[in-house]
Amino acid sequence: MKSWPLYEVFIRSKAGLHHKHAGSLHAADPEMAIENARDVYCRRNEGNSIWVVLSSDITASNPAENEELFDPAEDKIYRHPTFYEVPEGVKHL
Amino acid sequence: MNIIDIESGFQEKIDKDIRIEPRDWMPDNYRQTLIRQISQHAHSEIVGMLPEGNWITRAPSLRRKVALLAKVQDEAGHGLYLYSATETLGIERDELIEQLHSGKAKYSSIFNYPTLTWADMGAIGWLVDGAAILNQIPLCRCSYGPYARAMVRICKEESFHQRQGFEIMDTLCKGTPAQKAMAQDALNRWWWPSLMMFGPKDAESTHTAQSQKWGIKRFTNDDLRQKMIDMCAPQADHLGITIPDPDLKWNEERGHYDFGEINWDEFWAVVKGHGPCNKERLDARIKAWEDGAWVREAATAYAAKKENQIMTKTQAV
Repeated sequence: MKSWPLYEVFIRSKAGLHHKHAGSLHAADPEMAIENARDVYCRRNEGNSIWVVLSSDITASNPAENEELFDPAEDKIYRHPTFYEVPEGVKHL
Repeated sequence: MNIIDIESGFQEKIDKDIRIEPRDWMPDNYRQTLIRQISQHAHSEIVGMLPEGNWITRAPSLRRKVALLAKVQDEAGHGLYLYSATETLGIERDELIEQLHSGKAKYSSIFNYPTLTWADMGAIGWLVDGAAILNQIPLCRCSYGPYARAMVRICKEESFHQRQGFEIMDTLCKGTPAQKAMAQDALNRWWWPSLMMFGPKDAESTHTAQSQKWGIKRFTNDDLRQKMIDMCAPQADHLGITIPDPDLKWNEERGHYDFGEINWDEFWAVVKGHGPCNKERLDARIKAWEDGAWVREAATAYAAKKENQIMTKTQAV
């Protein structure tokens, strides 16, 4: 018999925060994945909202292409406030 | 880039304490070592439920029962975190289960000892979980990200396991002479197997050097074993029971306890399948898996049926 598909589990620990990846688990369908995620990842009030998504539906960037993907941001220090000079005595900048 | 450059780049990352993630390049031996170690760890959590499950219905009070139940549930959860971490290395869950059932994969030998009395629940929490925590804390900084993250979660949850065990021991030791004798008997039976949990002596440990180089292992077996003994000796004094080792003695000069020789013949015999409960544990696992087959099939059929209904509805619209 084919085994149950793998789901990735995301949990929001409290209202106002992002859902965060907690781990993965197998389940027959998404409803069961949520029920299992409650038992596996929320035994101690770790969350108040659960997302599950089939692992096979996630498209991930390739670490071998990290240079092309992330390096362009590296030399753009002018995107940070510390790049700019603030004249002495000027406030609220 | 040739393979030597890639390998040295990998080692450089580890030396700089940069975590390795599932899609990163890694040497095949690193992958295989992790699959072996993490799955063995997962199997230990799963098989580890059996000796304690034996006592849930006979816990002496509701307080003890809910604690033991919660502990066993945690172990199921910990097994699942670890199976998921193993699967990120490119092996399927079914294959892992199959390796456990066929005896190809090992689990911690400690679970091949029987739980004869209620005091064993105390000794297991105190000693077995105590040893597990010492082993696991350094793994929170393991070079492989998914394993390290699972360990952080596990360590957070497990500190209650050790405490509830010690509380059971403490209560028995303050009880009647018969209860205290029961606690002493449990200590006598679990002490040496708990020390064996750290594995063979460093000189005989085949994986230690490479695992340390790869940042999988941070301390050696002997270092951790010494920590365990230094931790437990004063705790046994508090309980007023005696660790069954005539050579156990504080060594002022070393700043550690000296201790007697472990029975390594027993260690290897249990590893090779000749412990008191090896067969019973595996049989129980296989039976649970086979008895659950119809549930897995029914859930799969139900999921397929629902999927079909949704498709038919969509088509009707």
